[in-house]
Amino acid sequence: MKISSREVEYVANLARLEVTEAEKEKFTAQLNDILLYIDKLNELDTKGVEPMSHAISVTNAFREDKILDSIGTENSLANAPDARGEFFRVPKVID
Amino acid sequence: MELHQLTIHELQEKIKSGDVSATQITQSVFSRIDTVEERVHAYIRLLKEEAMAAAAKADESIKKGDIKPLTGIPIALKDIVCTKGITTTCGSHILHNFVPPYNATAVEKLRAAGAVFVGKTNMDEFAMGSSTETSYFGPTRNPWDLERIPGGSSGGSAAAVAAEECIASIGSDTGGSIRQPAALCGIVGMKPTYGRVSRFGLIAFASSLDQIGPFTKDVEDCAIMMNVLAGYDPKESTSVSAEVPDYRQFAGRDIKGWKIGIPKEYFIEGIDTEVNAAIKKAIAVIEQSGGQCVEISLPHTQYCLAVYYIIAPAEACSNLARYDGVRYGLRATDVRDLLDMYKKTRMQGFGAEVKRRIMIGTYALSAGYYDAYYKKASQVRALIKRDFEEAFKNCDVILTPTTPTPAFKIGEKTDDPLQMYLSDIFTISTNLAGIPGISVPCGFTSGGLPIGMQFLASHFEEGKLIQIASAYEKNAKIEKRRPKL
Repeated sequence: MKISSREVEYVANLARLEVTEAEKEKFTAQLNDILLYIDKLNELDTKGVEPMSHAISVTNAFREDKILDSIGTENSLANAPDARGEFFRVPKVID
Repeated sequence: MELHQLTIHELQEKIKSGDVSATQITQSVFSRIDTVEERVHAYIRLLKEEAMAAAAKADESIKKGDIKPLTGIPIALKDIVCTKGITTTCGSHILHNFVPPYNATAVEKLRAAGAVFVGKTNMDEFAMGSSTETSYFGPTRNPWDLERIPGGSSGGSAAAVAAEECIASIGSDTGGSIRQPAALCGIVGMKPTYGRVSRFGLIAFASSLDQIGPFTKDVEDCAIMMNVLAGYDPKESTSVSAEVPDYRQFAGRDIKGWKIGIPKEYFIEGIDTEVNAAIKKAIAVIEQSGGQCVEISLPHTQYCLAVYYIIAPAEACSNLARYDGVRYGLRATDVRDLLDMYKKTRMQGFGAEVKRRIMIGTYALSAGYYDAYYKKASQVRALIKRDFEEAFKNCDVILTPTTPTPAFKIGEKTDDPLQMYLSDIFTISTNLAGIPGISVPCGFTSGGLPIGMQFLASHFEEGKLIQIASAYEKNAKIEKRRPKL
């Protein structure tokens, strides 16, 4: 087993996902299959190979420090499930 | 012949000569939609009113002699590109009510080129899938056989073109999501070089792999669409300022003296015999067209899928962290506190495949596993890219099958994620290396299902892909068929 059902629960919490018992069981089996398949990569010696982070060579993309149009507060809040004034409203964080 | 059957360039001729109006074309497309959409389900949302208004405006421009490359042409948009004021769902419950306040750059460019938008097409949820079955809005069906999947994740965009419910469309390709459905639906689909087309306003799945590209009925139309879509965008930091050639110039040129690499690793066990036979036949056509086919090796091919299924979920779990019920989309009600709201919103809002990939990605990036998974995958990714660099020293383009099999049945692979992932085995390496690829139709199975062939080229060599694909299209004389709908 690459990953136990307790680890699945731990990872789900990190990912901020609530999972049912049935999902936990299913994910444990499927994630094990996938991780076993991925183990294939250990056949390769990659010592000294620089990890690739970009598909093409990119450099920092600078632009002039000039204020351009933005979508504005009203538009930013337009999709909010709950908003008041200039703020997003959320359930209470602490008691 | 009905107008919806025609290509962009055929319709352009008719518009220019005054034979037809944009309004007539748009009407023809919507009457086709009325006839077939109920069975195909290519769209999440149709924009008939907006399209008819845009067509009327296009007709005014045409009268004034102002005809742009896509004036009056009905185009469909994958529901992953943001459209100002028009709900954009990404195939997900969590974004079912999201109305973007701006247009994606690709949408802006199509609009500026005169396109008429038909609607937003169906897709696998957050583009995670190879069959369009993971859409919150139900599956799309393959126009060639309604019992089968159209491919994915851009299955709606591919099916819409194949079923003549639009003239062309755009999709996005992270591991094959344009080329695979193009192959399974019998049309042309291109994934441009990473950085060639702006990703601004494309809802992110895996940011180092995602790229927008066109679905068209033929190669010339692909060139026309690429002329509109390609180019630098100051709003997108990975878009590249390299010069954009006129891709249309490459269509119709011959390929005499070209070397075409055939990677031996792509002719694996498990490849469908009819697909194999079609590719062999296509290779003969390429040789008759003046190309010289040579065997090449891409030694790390067998590791592509494993690399992809670390890199893509790792990037996805970061990108999808933003869906938390605070700023847009679904919010779970009846929650104890903020943390509970996050967890319940994400539980209710994401489907099983998206959750699975978030879980893989989160696991691969979690403390203690980063080196074993993400770093290792990024190293092997470098080796895969190097394979292509070596290969292109000895050939102009690479030829492969697009998919190992023709379209499979709806429901056939939904319970086995690994089997589903294997349908992208020939397309994933392209995204990992960042190079461009095109899928073109190369025949049918005895059961009447389309087969696709893929050409790959070096970074920013989309012109070469247009050139060889159009040479093949011209010389292969693949029988013109329409799906029986």
